[in-house]
Amino acid sequence: MNDLLGVVDWSRAQFALTAMYHWLFVPLTIGLSLMLAIMETIYVRTGKESWKGITKFWMTLFGINFACGVATGIILEFEFGTNWSNYSWFVGDIFGAPLAIEGLLAFFMEATFVAVMFFGWNKVSKRFHLASTWLTAVGVSLSALWILVANAWMQNPVGMAFDPDRMRNVMDNFWEVAFNSVAMNKFFHAVFSGWVLAGVFVIGISSWLLWRKRNVDAAVKSIKVGSWFGLIGMLLTLYTGDGSAVEVARVQPMKLAAMEGLYDGKVGQELIAFGIYNNEKKPGDDRDAMHFEISLPYGLSVLANHDPDSFVPGINDLINGIALTADGDTIDTVSYAERIEQGKSARAALARYGEARAAGDSTAMEMALADIRADYKYFGYGFFDSVEEAVPPVAMTFYAFRIMVMAGGYLMLLFVVLIIVCYKKIKVLERPWLHWVGILSIPIVWICSQAGWVVAEVGRQPWVIQDLMPTRAAVSAIQSSSVELTFWIFAVLFTLMLAAEISIMLRYISKASKNNIEQHD
Amino acid sequence: MKGLIRRVIDLYVEGFRSMTIGRSLWALIIIKLFIMFAILKLFFFPNMLNDKYDNDADRANAVATELIRR
Repeated sequence: MNDLLGVVDWSRAQFALTAMYHWLFVPLTIGLSLMLAIMETIYVRTGKESWKGITKFWMTLFGINFACGVATGIILEFEFGTNWSNYSWFVGDIFGAPLAIEGLLAFFMEATFVAVMFFGWNKVSKRFHLASTWLTAVGVSLSALWILVANAWMQNPVGMAFDPDRMRNVMDNFWEVAFNSVAMNKFFHAVFSGWVLAGVFVIGISSWLLWRKRNVDAAVKSIKVGSWFGLIGMLLTLYTGDGSAVEVARVQPMKLAAMEGLYDGKVGQELIAFGIYNNEKKPGDDRDAMHFEISLPYGLSVLANHDPDSFVPGINDLINGIALTADGDTIDTVSYAERIEQGKSARAALARYGEARAAGDSTAMEMALADIRADYKYFGYGFFDSVEEAVPPVAMTFYAFRIMVMAGGYLMLLFVVLIIVCYKKIKVLERPWLHWVGILSIPIVWICSQAGWVVAEVGRQPWVIQDLMPTRAAVSAIQSSSVELTFWIFAVLFTLMLAAEISIMLRYISKASKNNIEQHD
Repeated sequence: MKGLIRRVIDLYVEGFRSMTIGRSLWALIIIKLFIMFAILKLFFFPNMLNDKYDNDADRANAVATELIRR
């Protein structure tokens, strides 16, 4: 048992490490590819050679990020086969199909159009080159779509049926999987957050150019594009974030409760703007969940249900079986204790099914199958011994959500201020403090982006597949020491990769900016 | 058609030849892929079910046993 927990913990840590490193590169690729398309469009429409130089400067940085980030996601697939073999088998083609589409799309679209984008200057027509740059941006986002479809299925498993003979879930409705409402929100939220990140990246590096008084004109032009692009991205991220909150309230109410550190919900539930969570708090006890809090009245009810007078269930409510209908009304549903019983019943029926099949007893197989289907909805709860095991790490989810929102608020302010400065107070752009604000915003946007993933992935614990498979059931029967070893190998490798990227980028920026970027060829 | 293929090949050949920073990046990509596939995948990341069992029925049984007993 102890080694099983070790395997679970190390496998989770390793997956988190690799996914978070992978996500350092991906949003910049998503956002910067589109910004390149916009910059090149300005070049083609205005005919000004300076925009060609600016586009090529940012395109080289895009290339460095692309090269460092490419294939880092494949390691996640290695981990599925080694550390998460029960999960990999259990999800069958549902997870494999979107990943295969992603692989093909990424290879053919990106490999073709990225090549034209980098090698095609002065060799293909301006318009063909521009089309390639746009198609690269579209291809990058479409790749992300399929990854997020796969991820969303884990958060909201739909479009499948469980086959006990093959011991896997079989996709019976591709479109339901592809157009899963969680996937759509997640996709747009992730892509638009990539726009924000790329906007800040361009602003930050341009601020450095201003601070060093190099290529001032190109830097100001880039800040204008970066600020508009970032602001539009931020507004769309807010809009899709609102959609995600409604989806989370509907399909993962426990995650929403953890995001708020909310144990006992009420009608007209406030949203905690800032608070200090009480780590001693446990479900069912009478301790306060917060040491200190500043709240917005009715905020969470509005966020979750778009209705200030609606009820939002807390952790205790959900454990006790209080949930919401699609209309936002409270109903008594299946308590977690009952879910555990039903989950154990489904597992017992699965065992009976296997025995009956081995004995060739078709009647007993049918009876067992009916029992599996009756309780399959809560299959994953059957691995728990207590209801507390179904509660995610509240403190980490709570703080990650606040870090994401606060950093997002700061970045929105940054974009607005820079737009005003660029058009109304251009002299302010000469102030070194503003340059440093821009430069130091680079790590903030990455922290914001990573915090978003912590909310999404830590908040859905302990589930690998919501309600069907917890992490402890998903891991392979392997030694924790082997996972620990590869964890450290990855930690070193990825850190070296990141150091290489930063080093190559800094050297390029330093070298290229000594010449006139706008005449770059 | 031949002319088009020739132009596409030339695009790649000349593109690779004229790379500056791209050479370092390709070196980085090749080293990374070598480490990933020739070392990590080969020695540290076996596919547990594919390596241990010969067919899907055995793999399904193995997973069923795990999910029932765990």
